[in-house]
Amino acid sequence: MLENPWLSIGKPEQRIDAVEKAAGTVRYTADYSVPGLLHAKLATSTQAHAKIKAIDVSEAWKVPGVRAIVTGKMFPYHIGPILADRPPLAFEKVRYYGEPLAIVVADQEYMAKQAAQLIHVKYEPLPVVNSAREAFQTDAPLIHENSGKYMKIISNVYPVQGTNIGSHIKIRKGDFITAWENCDIKIKQTFSFNLSDHAALEPRCTRVEINPAGKVVVHSTTQSPFTIKKVLNQFFNIDVGNIIVHVPLIGGAFGGKGTVQLEPLAYLASKAVGGRMVKLEFTREEDLITAPGHIGLEATIALGANKAGKLMAGQYTYLIDSGAYTDQAAGITRAMALDCTGPYDIPNVWCDSYCMYTNHPYATSFRGYAHPELTFAVERTMDKLAHKLKLDPVELRKINAIKPGNSSPTSAVLNANNLGDVEKCIDQAKKLIDWDQGERLETADGKVKAKGISTFWKTSTTATNAQSGAVLKFEADGSVNLNCAAIELGQGSKTILAQMVAERLKMDIKKVHVTMEVNTQSDPHQWRTVASSTTFLAGRAVMNACDDAISQLKRTASIALQCSMEDLEVGGGRVYLKPSPEYGVKIQDIALGYKYPNGHAVEGQVVGHGRYIQRHLTPMDKDTGFGKPGPWWSVGTQAVEVEWDPADCSYKILKAVTVLDGGKIINPMTATQQMRGGMYLGLSFASQEGFIFDQNGTVLNPQLRTYQMVRFGEQPAEYIVDFIETPAADGPFGARGIGEYGVIGMAGALANALSTAAQVELNHLPLLPELIWKTRKESQA
Amino acid sequence: MITNGTGKTVVRLHVNGEASDVMICSADTLLQTLREQLGLTGAKRACENGDCGACTVLINGEPMHSCLCLTIETINQPITTIESLRDSAIQQKFIEKWAIQCGFCTPGFILNCQALLNKHPDADDETIEEWLQSNLCRCTGYQEIKEAVKSLLPKGSAS
Amino acid sequence: MIPFDFEYYRPESVTEAVKTYEILATQDKKVLFYSGGTEFITFSRLNQLDAEAIIDLKGIPDCHQLELQGEHLVIGAAVSLNKITESQLFPLLGQTVRKVADHTSRNKITIGGNILSRFIYREGVLPLLLTEAKVKLAGSSGERVVPLKVVFDKQMNISPEQFLIHIQVPKAFLNLPFVSIKKTRMSKVGYPIVSIAALVKDKKIRAALSGVCEYPFRSPDIEAALNDTSLSKEEKIDKALGQLPEAIIDDLQASRDYREFLLKNTLLETIEALEATQT
Ligand SMILES: Cc1cc2nc3c(=O)[nH]c(=O)nc-3n(C[C@H](O)[C@H](O)[C@H](O)COP(=O)(O)OP(=O)(O)OC[C@H]3O[C@@H](n4cnc5c(N)ncnc54)[C@H](O)[C@@H]3O)c2cc1C
Ligand code: FES
Ligand code: FES
Repeated sequence: MLENPWLSIGKPEQRIDAVEKAAGTVRYTADYSVPGLLHAKLATSTQAHAKIKAIDVSEAWKVPGVRAIVTGKMFPYHIGPILADRPPLAFEKVRYYGEPLAIVVADQEYMAKQAAQLIHVKYEPLPVVNSAREAFQTDAPLIHENSGKYMKIISNVYPVQGTNIGSHIKIRKGDFITAWENCDIKIKQTFSFNLSDHAALEPRCTRVEINPAGKVVVHSTTQSPFTIKKVLNQFFNIDVGNIIVHVPLIGGAFGGKGTVQLEPLAYLASKAVGGRMVKLEFTREEDLITAPGHIGLEATIALGANKAGKLMAGQYTYLIDSGAYTDQAAGITRAMALDCTGPYDIPNVWCDSYCMYTNHPYATSFRGYAHPELTFAVERTMDKLAHKLKLDPVELRKINAIKPGNSSPTSAVLNANNLGDVEKCIDQAKKLIDWDQGERLETADGKVKAKGISTFWKTSTTATNAQSGAVLKFEADGSVNLNCAAIELGQGSKTILAQMVAERLKMDIKKVHVTMEVNTQSDPHQWRTVASSTTFLAGRAVMNACDDAISQLKRTASIALQCSMEDLEVGGGRVYLKPSPEYGVKIQDIALGYKYPNGHAVEGQVVGHGRYIQRHLTPMDKDTGFGKPGPWWSVGTQAVEVEWDPADCSYKILKAVTVLDGGKIINPMTATQQMRGGMYLGLSFASQEGFIFDQNGTVLNPQLRTYQMVRFGEQPAEYIVDFIETPAADGPFGARGIGEYGVIGMAGALANALSTAAQVELNHLPLLPELIWKTRKESQA
Repeated sequence: MITNGTGKTVVRLHVNGEASDVMICSADTLLQTLREQLGLTGAKRACENGDCGACTVLINGEPMHSCLCLTIETINQPITTIESLRDSAIQQKFIEKWAIQCGFCTPGFILNCQALLNKHPDADDETIEEWLQSNLCRCTGYQEIKEAVKSLLPKGSAS
Repeated sequence: MIPFDFEYYRPESVTEAVKTYEILATQDKKVLFYSGGTEFITFSRLNQLDAEAIIDLKGIPDCHQLELQGEHLVIGAAVSLNKITESQLFPLLGQTVRKVADHTSRNKITIGGNILSRFIYREGVLPLLLTEAKVKLAGSSGERVVPLKVVFDKQMNISPEQFLIHIQVPKAFLNLPFVSIKKTRMSKVGYPIVSIAALVKDKKIRAALSGVCEYPFRSPDIEAALNDTSLSKEEKIDKALGQLPEAIIDDLQASRDYREFLLKNTLLETIEALEATQT
């Protein structure tokens, strides 16, 4: 066979969106405006937990330009992606500081803002539940009095009426109780951190209009356009076919734009003004606290091992601070259970994962969906256990690394196709961080250099029927347009899909045009752009569409070339005879059908269709967790080296390493970008981020000035990224998803490095110098 | 004395080398005016509090948070936005060095880098850090942005 | 976005500014002086501040001076923090204000605005408190030059109709050995947990602090402790800590205990760095 000169897979192709983004001409959702556009502003709660006695809008109505004011009474129902427990606008009571209470629609944004400030709410304060631990107490004030009555939207959510438990997921694998008794070495540790935020640089924004024919047109910063359709249909009774969602490029999401919050609000606002187009754009403050954030957690882990360090039993109790509503935290609760052990083979597992209601802003998916959080707790425990066993932490991980033939906590059978190579990742990371040069070194200037390691895994718990579709339309010049509903959030998905098309059709990637915006009316259905599932799901759909297009091209060419389809091959912009490649036809001559010399034409435009749906996924059993929740487990190892100053407990991150088995890497540079970005996000979260609450549940740092994150110059001096490419049998070109993985092990690795440096157990985040100082002081006392 | 009452007035701005008349209130920030009146949406609204740098433009060649400027303050001063920087070396480097992911921070970063390179063509690491700490990027981890800037400095100037 | 509108005036001289204020005052308008405007804009957006008229001092040449005049360095109130740093005319001030906010913001934030800020930090005033600086004020009763320490106690105590034209720093203080240290929660860009400006004059340490208490201050008692040659470094610091004008604050940036710990560290670093300059 001729070598394919159009190889694209595995090459660092330039991102197809880079030029326009560098020019600053990309228009994001908030960048569009039209004359006559109305503006919506929210009045939000100033209490974290209170009964609403009265909402007085009379002053607000006096502001000139106000067209409508909507309050919770006008839509007194609950919505939600997993458990329908959240009113879009609070009615009867408020459950978090910053919760939407009313929407003002006005001609200009400042008018809406003025009026929103004039809405007066009379509250009757209720006792505030200020942590997951408090929420778990039997006498805790109830945040949802009727949680048992809420509608379940998908399976695997178990609210417990009369408590603050929004869901409880159990894993019972093997015989934990007996095994625990027989362990030689046992340890138990508790870990915690507060809620935090995605803080994507682009604040959330939406525009909604209802046209006279009843079509609801939504433009939004969303990762889930088809879920918006589902929500508007399920809860607002609009025909699915009448809802059109447009999504331009997104300015970062990290899971935070996967859930549906603004769109129903803007829909209610538009409805209140006769369907006119209404824009609702969150300020940074609203984006941080009114919109959903990243879960908080209190985790207790008990590990038991034999003398050789083989893990025999593990018990995991996760109290997830989901804030006022379960949203995706209910799914995270499940994800946290099903991968609870980390990538270790443990025959006896007992896990209770609780989604706890508190009076905090609510939480939704965050890059890594339960895994950065559980990995922090698991990996800290592993280090502690290694310490106790007097084993090298790397060694302990290798002894217990999960392998083909083992099973996951939900008893899913793992094999070489659905599981990456954990040991290889550990070995490579160990090398890249120079582990053997010493875990802890004191430097001449009185500082301490220390290293920490963290292993991780993750399966993507998509819906069991998650799917994607793709359409390839050929142009008269032989180029091709790809339409699919994968959203470009910055992760480079569209570039990767273009590479797959180029490779499969053996054509120049410059001839592959990808529609960047998503339009649910013209694009095929796609589950969502979350859970690192896009390369896999959309990739498979794109390949399927390519195959369809190839067979159409061959069919038309077989007419033109008067041969059978089997004799033909597609490549280099032509369809040609396999045995004599010089004999063929250009795609441009058949892209819109073939025209005989006499003018008659046949076949018509080549339009390839493709689709893919998840196979053989099952929900989890309520009592044991038994089930197959995801298609594959990507695995990896990360490491961090810090330089810590004992004088004031401050530190610098010198090096951060990621070794990921992501299957075949389609584009090494976008993959590296994703890893570095993930590492940054993980390190920023672990070192600095988190909401600070006062005793009333008020968020004290709702601005980027005080909600601090890693800035330029504070990132690791060196990011080292490496891939082990164990092909995934059913992934497109052997690829697995990688989007979330860079983030997962960072908190664990950083906490391990700093614990080693300061020689104390750092079990809470963020790892501020003050925390290290305080922990040291307490351990000396 | 420059004065402006309440309500709307027309004022002349000097943006990207052109005089443009815009209708403003005293309370309008430059960020609002650029985006809403001139369609220059490369300047992004991401915090309106001076914390993120997404709204950065150059005024008299200096990087400024346009969310922290009243439009009325900037009349008679040359304003440069990302839209006037076409195919500049720094834009090319951002593309080449993979310094762009979602692109939301990119215009602000590029303008700040451009001003930095103009003022300190031989900037050292400390200066680069001091300047670029004004801009947040949530996607890249900053490494590639640093490489993009450093690739435009004479070799050896930055350690 | 600022949700209310206001009148804007940019006078071109001190007299014009004073007159503008007077006219607006007779109309019973709430007037604010405006310099860099960053505080005005950010507070107004959140409705924590309002005004019916603002007087932008940036049009007044006197407020833009940054030069040596006779025995003084004159720094106009509307000079941006970056200009002060770049001029290198008063390195201690340059280095201190260089730690305020971020570089881009410092193109807009002015020294006058920083000193007259509502925030508790006002880090720019620290070096000035050490130098027998004077301030030139304008108001209905005319212009007058007064020692900074007369009008600055915790904050600038001037009446609403008065504004700061410039600051005068005696030349003798410009190039003394100094240290400027700022400790933050983690990121370099952030409010101070402890911020210190110190210098050595006539073999004596002078030091002013921000971030520690509810206001920036210079304390003779603390300086006496730091200069007490009968004490070891540690004893000096312990004694200095006993002389704080009020309890150490406990807030988002740091707890009281950690702040105290960092303060001790910072004082030690300061003493050591200044001693090094004396040998
Ligand atoms: C992003 C950011 C970060 C910050 N970080 C810090 C920090 O780390 N440390 C710190 O100390 N501060 C910090 N600040 C606060 C900043 O220094 C103050 O807000 C300062 O007031 C801003 O100066 P300006 O010139 O922009 O103020 P303006 O808004 O112009 O004025 C501030 C106040 O001073 C009054 N005023 C201004 N000039 C005069 C004058 N000549 N005469 C009389 N009154 C006058 C105004 O009426 C107003 O009340 C930060 C601010 C920002 C935006
Ligand atoms: S929008 Fe201006 S600094 Fe963030
Ligand atoms: S590329 Fe997304 S914020 Fe920088």
